[in-house]
Amino acid sequence: MQQFTLLLASLPDGILLGFVYGLAAMGLTLIWGVMNVINLSHGPIIALGMFGTFFLFTRTGLNPYVGLIPIAIIGLLLGILIYVVAVHRVINAPHLSSLLATFSVNMIIIGLGTAALTTSPYNVDFAAGSIKLGPITLLGTRMIAALVTMLFTGGLFLFLYRSRPGRYIRAVANNRAAAELMGVPSTRILALSFGLGTMLAAVSGGLIATFFPFSILAGGSYELKSFVIGVLGGLGNPIGALFGGLILGIIESSSQAFLESSWVPVIEFGLFVIILLVRPSGLFGAKK
Amino acid sequence: MKLWHKYSGILLPVLAVAALILWPVITGKPSNRESAFTILKAVALASSLNILLGYTGYVSFGHIVFYGFGGYVGIFLLTEKDWSLWTAILAGGVASGILAFLLGSAILRLRGAYFALATIGINEAMRAFINNFELFGGPTGITLNFSVYKTYGGAAQALQTSFYIGAGLALLALLTSYFVRTSKFGLGLLAIRENEDAAEVMGVVAPNAKTLAYVLSAIIPGMIGVLFFFKNGNVEPHDAFPLHASIELLVMVMLGGQGTVLGPILGALAYQGMRGYLVTSEFFKDIQLSVSGILLLMIVLFIPAGAIGWLRLRIPLLRRVLA
Amino acid sequence: MTILLSLQGVTKRFGGLQALTNVTFDLPEGQILGLIGPNGAGKTTLFNAINGVYPPEDGRIIFRDKDVTKARPYYHARLGMARTHQIVQPLNELSVRENVMVGACFGHENQSLGNAAKIADDVLEFVGLTPRADQLAGSLNVVQKKRLEMARALAARPYLLLLDEVLAGLNSSEIDNMVQTVLKIREKGITIIMIEHVMKAVMNVSDRIVVLDYGVQIAEGSPETISKDEKVIEAYLGDPKLAEQLLEEED
Repeated sequence: MQQFTLLLASLPDGILLGFVYGLAAMGLTLIWGVMNVINLSHGPIIALGMFGTFFLFTRTGLNPYVGLIPIAIIGLLLGILIYVVAVHRVINAPHLSSLLATFSVNMIIIGLGTAALTTSPYNVDFAAGSIKLGPITLLGTRMIAALVTMLFTGGLFLFLYRSRPGRYIRAVANNRAAAELMGVPSTRILALSFGLGTMLAAVSGGLIATFFPFSILAGGSYELKSFVIGVLGGLGNPIGALFGGLILGIIESSSQAFLESSWVPVIEFGLFVIILLVRPSGLFGAKK
Repeated sequence: MKLWHKYSGILLPVLAVAALILWPVITGKPSNRESAFTILKAVALASSLNILLGYTGYVSFGHIVFYGFGGYVGIFLLTEKDWSLWTAILAGGVASGILAFLLGSAILRLRGAYFALATIGINEAMRAFINNFELFGGPTGITLNFSVYKTYGGAAQALQTSFYIGAGLALLALLTSYFVRTSKFGLGLLAIRENEDAAEVMGVVAPNAKTLAYVLSAIIPGMIGVLFFFKNGNVEPHDAFPLHASIELLVMVMLGGQGTVLGPILGALAYQGMRGYLVTSEFFKDIQLSVSGILLLMIVLFIPAGAIGWLRLRIPLLRRVLA
Repeated sequence: MTILLSLQGVTKRFGGLQALTNVTFDLPEGQILGLIGPNGAGKTTLFNAINGVYPPEDGRIIFRDKDVTKARPYYHARLGMARTHQIVQPLNELSVRENVMVGACFGHENQSLGNAAKIADDVLEFVGLTPRADQLAGSLNVVQKKRLEMARALAARPYLLLLDEVLAGLNSSEIDNMVQTVLKIREKGITIIMIEHVMKAVMNVSDRIVVLDYGVQIAEGSPETISKDEKVIEAYLGDPKLAEQLLEEED
């Protein structure tokens, strides 16, 4: 009975966290959907987003949520840079090449980050109040984060479906060769798409910074969650990623009611491998 | 002349490893011995990974899981069940082999990137699992009782013995790699790497071949794990399953040239040499990972076949010698 | 006259698309069967079904008295079936000789590496690729890759050889050469099914023809019968009146 109350109490939190997980995963799955590349530097970029919020907040006192705007821009530019330097040359090579190329970016960021920032935990001391509903406590930071996620999701969809670059992105995702033949500047669009993916990652990092303490290595576990969510929701499917995030958030919080939290990674990875085997196109269907 | 033709492919690799073994013996310095051990360990790991990666074309990002798992099993048997070092090492190898067999039957069905991701997942899950596994000491791991070394003539002698065992394992890895490469089984693996579907149409029983390759690639890492943690005096989840080390293995294999016997050896030598320099240099110490990352990026972008692979392509005459 | 291959009601669907419907025929040993039909008729799909790459949903395929309907391609190879692909599939980073050795090693004869090398050299001579034996397969041009594809299949010394458009892209004299090669292969005792678009060649070389259109077997018989079959003409030209006119003009 006690566990049931525990379950009930932690569920809303899990759902709210799930939004942010979904946002992070959207970044990964967007890149996968557009160019068939799995960005293994996803984790460190999330961590960079966390640090971005930290420095903006502690050095300039900027509200972390307002600070998301410069972080988003930097995330976008960083992604474009990574694409141009590391990914473009291997975009048509076998998958292994792009995996290794993005992983090398991962190593570069982690190496520099560890040297500059060490691995001690950092913290963004920002409280946004909370609401109590019986046994359930809803933290302000979580709720705002969920709201921000929905804003970004909405923005992403408006962009993809109502703007010209967005249409180009969808064209390239659908059939790059055909899009090129019709005059779509595919290199620029690919760079933009990669940048959008990293932007979402950075923003999600910024939000997570308001929840938990972090270090440059913290992105790793969110990257892995993004993989799980990605395959759960169907790689290449941003809406699937959002729902996948919610599902993972729920699974995480409910398993914590019954098991020690250190078992959670095991469950996530078990889930990951099982989905890859049983339904690799995900619960909501991968982009085809 | 015929004998030279037949064995030329194994000559250089054996010479390279022999040089590594003799170097500390000749100079007599323990520091050289320890450096040589690190390189020999890398050679053993890289050559084993090469069977899966270079020959069969399946990229495992999390191969280090076999090193950690075998290591844990061996150390557990050594400390808790009083097994001798030799049998513990063998047990570690067998345990890893069995793990590879079980995992392989599940994940070898996946192709390309999905397989790679699954291997990462397995490594992370194994680390998290062992972290919670009380029998293996949970987060604190297993620590060797110092008295264990007495059985091997004291700590200093144990280090010496470990070196020779490590050298033996490196040679074993090398020979295994060579014999696979030059066998009919190896030809089947190469065919799978080039075009798995076409290989199946030609009669290669891919599922079985891949599983055997996976198992073979896991055994020696398991054994090396036991040896390393024996020397180290303890084993912890964090040390046993380091993901970045797994990738560094990949870098070594790719640097030297995957798909060749000599490649991983040269790659291990070059990489460990570079790493040794970086770790001791004040400036590079902290960003060693970044330097590796840049190196990997350069390789991927500009010489994907690695050094040996590049040479083989440019100079066909060398192909026999650079197997 | 033993029946080497028997297809019974073979039906294949890809989602909503009916690729093959009820294909049925027997193939006696030593025959050369021509498989023709307009583009998209399902010829390669039929090969894929016979070969185990895409097993059929319905029907049975019996090869050398064994039911191979749902078996994996390597099982077919081990029984003595070999094929070439319409889009060549060379093992790029292996040498030409090594490519052919794979065929010999993993076919039904299960040769050792040493024997396979000897067989490979013989086969390479047969297809005229001996000077390129040590070259990497990926460096060959398309015509040479096609010959390599055939060499690989022959090295397995199969009972049944499936040839998928081996004449595509060849000029007139190359076609004549290839036709002679196919006949020589039959002389070795190998049964052949050929998918072809080059009508003159396939009509001359085949003992028997099967015609597919939209996955349905619309005709079967000797080359003479087929060339006069109205349904066949319509399938290729789309309009029997037009075909009549064309035939009249030729006379």
